[in-house]
Amino acid sequence: MSMLEVINLNAWYGRSHILQGVGFEVGQGEAVCLIGRNGAGKTTTLRSIMGLVGKRTGSVMFKGQEIISSPTHKRLGMGLAYVPEDRRIVRGLTVLENLRLGLVASPNRSREAEIVDRIAETFPRLRERLHQQGDTLSGGEQQMLAIARALAADPQLIMLDEPSEGIMPVLVDEMFELFARLKAQGLTILIVEQNVERALALADRAYIVDQGEIVHSGISGELLANPEIQEKYCAI
Amino acid sequence: MTFDLILLQAFTGVALGTIFVLVALGLSLIFGLLTIVNFAHSQFFMLGAYVGVVVLAVTGSFWAALVLVPLVVGALGMVCERVLIRPLYGRGIDYPLLLTFGLGLIILELVRIFAGTEGIPFNTPEALTGAVDLGVFFFPKYRLFLIGVTAAILVALWFFLEKTPYGLIIRAGARDPEIVQVLGVDVSRVWLIVFGIGTGLAALAGVLAAPIRGVFPEMGVPVLVEAFVVTVVGGMGSLLGAVIAGLAVGITVSMTSLFYPEMTTLSMFLLMAVVLVFRPRGLFGRAGVLD
Ligand SMILES: Nc1ncnc2c1ncn2[C@@H]1O[C@H](COP(=O)(O)OP(=O)(O)OP(=O)(O)O)[C@@H](O)[C@H]1O
Ligand SMILES: [Mg+2]
Repeated sequence: MSMLEVINLNAWYGRSHILQGVGFEVGQGEAVCLIGRNGAGKTTTLRSIMGLVGKRTGSVMFKGQEIISSPTHKRLGMGLAYVPEDRRIVRGLTVLENLRLGLVASPNRSREAEIVDRIAETFPRLRERLHQQGDTLSGGEQQMLAIARALAADPQLIMLDEPSEGIMPVLVDEMFELFARLKAQGLTILIVEQNVERALALADRAYIVDQGEIVHSGISGELLANPEIQEKYCAI
Repeated sequence: MTFDLILLQAFTGVALGTIFVLVALGLSLIFGLLTIVNFAHSQFFMLGAYVGVVVLAVTGSFWAALVLVPLVVGALGMVCERVLIRPLYGRGIDYPLLLTFGLGLIILELVRIFAGTEGIPFNTPEALTGAVDLGVFFFPKYRLFLIGVTAAILVALWFFLEKTPYGLIIRAGARDPEIVQVLGVDVSRVWLIVFGIGTGLAALAGVLAAPIRGVFPEMGVPVLVEAFVVTVVGGMGSLLGAVIAGLAVGITVSMTSLFYPEMTTLSMFLLMAVVLVFRPRGLFGRAGVLD
């Protein structure tokens, strides 16, 4: 059974019809990548799955349940976590409080100490900064915090929107090593990336999004070996 | 004019300011979370005094009124939020503004219809009549009590907001409701609760003010103006601002009544004008709250 199945997803911002029948699936334990040029509709796809785009139609099945019209907050408890493109570290909250925010409504809320310890172990950079204001972290640290916050609830599927954007290469390496480890532990991953090589090295399969549609799909190796498609549909 | 008198007047200003603080805190809390300017706020204040009259008549206890009034009026506020205001979320600031303005008028008229247009006496509870010797001067017990109750509420509110998971959600929800939803929180429930707390605080202020200001249908009218002055001086949406500005306005009004009584009412507007000249967003206003 697939963990996430998106069928004929349409989404609108105001009058503009952005997603025009997006369809793809992510199997349990798989890592799947969405690739596409700037403005192709990758972020809109993830936001629609999260229920954050006002007008949307079609079908989004998560673990066999239809969630397209359910309110956003129901998803975390079902095991679906999302790290948005702009990270969304909450101003005025410390690093620890941002992490707690990932726990307050999750099934893990009664195990705060244990989860925070575990996060501190996985993200040593955050451990040293638990009491610092979240928005004073560097871009890379903020991305780590956003990922850690999403992982606090022990989701089954995590959706990552351009995690490597604007982050120095050393940290990107670190991050993708983490993703590989998480995948090996059984976490299902849906990742949007401009960093195609890295993303395809992690992902089993990839879909190419263009102008609000899926225009191509394939296993990662295939796409990596296809410079024509990469050139046509990938940014940079 | 002695130093004692000035000190007494300052103290009186603080006591007066506690009412401003409680009303403005509710207003600010609601604005900070729901981006709604609640024009009915002062009528919840008035309603608090009237519910206080009822509770007092039934139970004979001022203390019971202090506990029950915020609960009853807060619950009523929650009903209003759920039924009337909720459908207007996401439609900008003007729809809820008009709606709460109308709601305030309806509450006022209903009270006039059911409780009459005349004022109702509200005695200072027996245990709090008279004055206490503070060493420098004698101070009315009830005003001292106002200061104590407000201080206790501020501590409780601070603890709730800073040290509990609910407070964490409320603080985060004020900054970024979207990520709070992504992290599994039903934000509409947070708004409901905050509206209840805000109106409950207004109602508590109403019953606390009753022995000083009297109970009559229009008692909320000046309060709305005062609360807005306090909120503007303190900065829209800032709780610390509401506290500091509430006390500052109280002291300003009280001092002016001592030195230049003709200017008493005007003094708070002068204070507001001066603050706005130097800090257009108010003392603790955040950038971006109103843009
Ligand atoms: N809030 C919005 N209001 C109106 N149009 C929007 C909004 N957000 C995105 N769009 C439009 O929707 C289209 C798809 O945007 P989206 O953010 O999904 O692209 P993307 O593939 O994530 O691009 P990028 O690689 O730059 O992040 C774009 O044309 C964009 O201009
Ligand atoms: Mg994007």
